[in-house]
Amino acid sequence: MSTPEDRSYSASHEWHLVNGDTVTIGITKFAADQLTDVTFAEMKSVGTTLKAGDAIGEVESVKTTSDVYCHVDGEIVEVNGELEANPGVVSDDPYGSGWLVKVKMSSDAGLSTLVDAKAYDAEHAS
Amino acid sequence: MAKSPQPTPIHDFHVSQGAQLVDYAGWSLPMKYEGVTAEHHQVRRSAGMFDVSHMGRLQIKGLHARRLLERVCTRRIGTMEQGQCRYTLICNETGGVRDDVIVYRMDDDEFMVVVNAANRSKIVEHMGSVVANLGLKVSVEDRTEKTAMVAAQGPRVMELISKVSSEIPTLKRYRFTVKNFLVMKLIVSRTGYTGEDGLEVILPANMVSMAMKLLMKDIDPKDPNAIMKPAGLGARDTLRIEAGMPLYGHELGEDINALACGVDFAISLDKNVDEDGVTFIGQEALIETRESGGPPRVLAGLKIDGRRTARQGMPVVDATGATVGVVTSGCVSPTLDASIAMAFLDRGVSEGGGALEVDTGRAKLAASLTPLPFYKAPKK
Repeated sequence: MSTPEDRSYSASHEWHLVNGDTVTIGITKFAADQLTDVTFAEMKSVGTTLKAGDAIGEVESVKTTSDVYCHVDGEIVEVNGELEANPGVVSDDPYGSGWLVKVKMSSDAGLSTLVDAKAYDAEHAS
Repeated sequence: MAKSPQPTPIHDFHVSQGAQLVDYAGWSLPMKYEGVTAEHHQVRRSAGMFDVSHMGRLQIKGLHARRLLERVCTRRIGTMEQGQCRYTLICNETGGVRDDVIVYRMDDDEFMVVVNAANRSKIVEHMGSVVANLGLKVSVEDRTEKTAMVAAQGPRVMELISKVSSEIPTLKRYRFTVKNFLVMKLIVSRTGYTGEDGLEVILPANMVSMAMKLLMKDIDPKDPNAIMKPAGLGARDTLRIEAGMPLYGHELGEDINALACGVDFAISLDKNVDEDGVTFIGQEALIETRESGGPPRVLAGLKIDGRRTARQGMPVVDATGATVGVVTSGCVSPTLDASIAMAFLDRGVSEGGGALEVDTGRAKLAASLTPLPFYKAPKK
């Protein structure tokens, strides 16, 4: 799976896909591979306000439990409903149906700290 | 920088299969190929193949080979027949666990001992000091790097192996045979660490590619319906947890009393009766533990509500919030589709107390006692 070029990437392995004033957040294929099979994912609830650098929730795998971070300011407006019944979707399709949350941005300043697909891949050859 | 991990003789195969390699006890080993859960189910439903070359293989040979092993092992060695394997502990003087090992009786005065990778040099040194102290005539040769070791595990392993050997499927559990296949000598035992039927094979390191061809004969691991596929350390761990098998560094350790680990069958506290009064190292301490009523905490199984994983080191608390134990291993069991864990619990609690919780530091997970093992292979 190649790294999609339509979104931005953080050093902590989240992707952010901007659509108007909303950003969809997930974890990268590299992160999903390192975690191994995701067995549990719990995001903060809809309505939670976040600042860039806050955790949006946590994912657990056979190996470890990890926080996942948001890099913009805003409010969670949707959580992927499939995560509860089928957390493995994060491992199987991290850039598609394994997305985690959608955040309505109050400030997109944090996006400038993210890098594009090419720069991310250069750091984390998969 | 840490020293880069050592490749096993099967390394090229792992790379060709797209394995995710990790450093495990100084060895480069596959964490997974296609995915931990898929590999786990493959082993339970059909067959999986594991590279276990990192396990230490020690050859104990000479006039006093048996005497050395009687002194260091918690179980009787003299009653073993040639062709038999036996699971046993090696303890320290205080009754803690130096390692858990499998002893193979090759001959009257020759044994093979398979030890954990992380404990290999420690056990070689330990045996060396016992040999020196007792003035024994025996050699301890570390054969790990000259050999490789592969485990084939799962309900369909015997069907596969029957294509190349009629003898191997007739082996009883914990028996082995030495096979001269073509030009290579193989030690094939009906043993494993998954709770399934299966084999473990020790072979010369330079014969690995030929053996892999033989073992994977007519099998394309990329075929979704392949009878046998490679499996990694991730699946090995979830399989052994389901089977309630202890792992050194989790359920076993130098500071953990051997009688706490749920492997009493492997500890013969009356062994000195057959040995002219000679005890095994740690026997006196363990007898004292037994006479004082047993270790304060013992290993127990927990079923966790929900799908979070209880991890090593997390405290177990009772309804009053008092700490009554500690988690040693946990996973979401692919077979049971539930979160399970092993934990050392205060003896009163492990014998059936009230409500328990695992404290993850962020949340408290409701947990209930359940007997070990969590999973037993169905009888054929």
